[in-house]
Amino acid sequence: MTFNRRTFLRTGVAAAATLHAPALLAAGHDKPRVVVIGGGAGGATTARYIAKDSKGMIDVTLIEPSRTYFTCFFSNLYLGGFRQMDDLAHTYGRLAAGGVNVVHDWAIDVDSHAGNVTLAGGDMLPYDKLILSPGIDFIDGSVAGWSVAAQNTMPHAYKAGSQTELLKAQVMAMPEGGTFAMVAPPNPYRCPPGPYERISMIAHTLKASNPTAKIIIADPKAKFSKMGLFQEGWADHYTGMIDWIGEDFGGGNVSVDPIAMTVTIDGEETKVDVCNVIPAQKAGRIAEIAGVTDGNWAPINPADMSSRADPDIYVLGDACQQGDMPKSAFSANSQAKVCANAVRGALTDSKVFPAKFSNTCWSLIDTDNGVKVGATYEPTAEKIAKVDGFISQTGEDSATRKATFEESVGWYDAISADMFG
Amino acid sequence: MRLPCHFPALLAVMLTAGTAVANGLGDADKGAALFDQCKECHQIGEGASDRIGPHLNGLFGRRAAAHDGFAYSKSMTRAGVDGLIWTATTLEAYIENPRTLVSKTRMSYRGMPDPQDRANLLAFLRRHSDSPANIPEAEPTALPSDRDLDPAILALEGDAEYGEYLATECLTCHRADGGASGIPSITRWPRDDFVIAMHAYKTKLRPHPVMQMMAGRLSDEEIAALAAYFKDLD
Repeated sequence: MTFNRRTFLRTGVAAAATLHAPALLAAGHDKPRVVVIGGGAGGATTARYIAKDSKGMIDVTLIEPSRTYFTCFFSNLYLGGFRQMDDLAHTYGRLAAGGVNVVHDWAIDVDSHAGNVTLAGGDMLPYDKLILSPGIDFIDGSVAGWSVAAQNTMPHAYKAGSQTELLKAQVMAMPEGGTFAMVAPPNPYRCPPGPYERISMIAHTLKASNPTAKIIIADPKAKFSKMGLFQEGWADHYTGMIDWIGEDFGGGNVSVDPIAMTVTIDGEETKVDVCNVIPAQKAGRIAEIAGVTDGNWAPINPADMSSRADPDIYVLGDACQQGDMPKSAFSANSQAKVCANAVRGALTDSKVFPAKFSNTCWSLIDTDNGVKVGATYEPTAEKIAKVDGFISQTGEDSATRKATFEESVGWYDAISADMFG
Repeated sequence: MRLPCHFPALLAVMLTAGTAVANGLGDADKGAALFDQCKECHQIGEGASDRIGPHLNGLFGRRAAAHDGFAYSKSMTRAGVDGLIWTATTLEAYIENPRTLVSKTRMSYRGMPDPQDRANLLAFLRRHSDSPANIPEAEPTALPSDRDLDPAILALEGDAEYGEYLATECLTCHRADGGASGIPSITRWPRDDFVIAMHAYKTKLRPHPVMQMMAGRLSDEEIAALAAYFKDLD
């Protein structure tokens, strides 16, 4: 964290440092170097914008282990049968064509004194500015009885891909009249309405394939995002199917047994057929390794998304602790643009404009029945603070709900293009 | 069904008001004469049918583009989907400058600049609405009355570089390639149309909660900057 010394070292021996690196993936020593870790809504967007807008004046490297990225957003729609897995899949070819050096590897270490990142494959990447957008990892032991070792029995499906497919397969294989359980996460976590949209989508699937099935949710929270809208939707569309057990009814006092396939809520054990455990969350591990976390998350400066612990490291999206914005792809994408503008300004002489942030989260309750919540935000000294907001209303007409769903589809296409080119 | 103009009190209030319909409607008989400008495309009254434009019976209180059987423009359909309802306030704004509310409307009408004329025309149109009694009282008179944009705002030269930065926020939802499924395209817009539309969202004259919120925090200069950027975006 001695960034003064490090800054001195960097300016003094930048050229020398490149000679020490065993294999330099970033070409062109004369140019400032940006390394981005994580190719999701935060990382892909900021890499793309810095490369595009610096017009070759900055070397941008994106480190992302997956060659195909499955978006978490809209993965619930796959569970509901409204999307195929392929619809959620994105690759990095257009980013590469747009000037981003895409490296498919894991970043396993950050040396913030020397200013470099070590990859699992052994390569070392020097940087002038490092942008971390690693998403989430799970807090070990947050759900008694569950660990990542049990995720094939009780999937989290909270990082989209094989886990999502597994959960869907388990839902489809449920016996007639069987029980689906969800262990919902405590705040703060990725995508606040996500677990409840998921419940809606699974109910939609079961209503067609297994209409006597039951859904129970053990929730450590007393209330949740879009609660009134979801509860209205569940009562109208999935009558009698869904039992939400909140904090007031012991929903936070939960343990699971992946071998016996039981869930125990407030002392009452229930045999279940599928159990979707969404554990408590923290910043992706590389943020901790880089030394920018304080507790579970990485605090940032709201004006430019730089880490409070290190001015040359920036943290975007779910991993950062910024204030009022929900952890969502939209938020990460919004933060990425502020960050890209600031990083470019710091490394070249481009103009830096004031930060503006926004978010909108759409959720699907049933066919053509979409709802949304959103807000605008601005930086203050302490945090990213909410300015203004809106939420869909209960009792809206079907034309409005359909338009809201169609809008979400338009948003998916736009943000995907904005992230991946 | 014809209703006589029987609101002398409202009319008197209206005559002293700066905005035509903030407090009442105009002289329906004078409005009937003004309707001559509309006749080429619109019919109204008994036996009216759709022509180039839809017939205008029962217009008040109806959702935009909600009259079955008429092929509306994409832009008008979108306005209806967004929740635009024809009221005294919205109709007046539309008659004053159609693009305030519907940027790519097919109604090729340049607008009626005189507030008294607009009030008279609205009074005439209202005769042919089914349940006009609660109009305009049902509409909050507190709605912004400055929809006639200050020419100085329209004349602002936008900083396209700032616009490019601000536009990154728009591109999360509106596609840079102009794709328009679910969310309308905003590329290659005439500058004035863009500015007028954004101010209509800012004053909440146009419906749509996201756009009202996004436009609501933009300054006049920022709207000009966005317009300067988007007019040339291919």
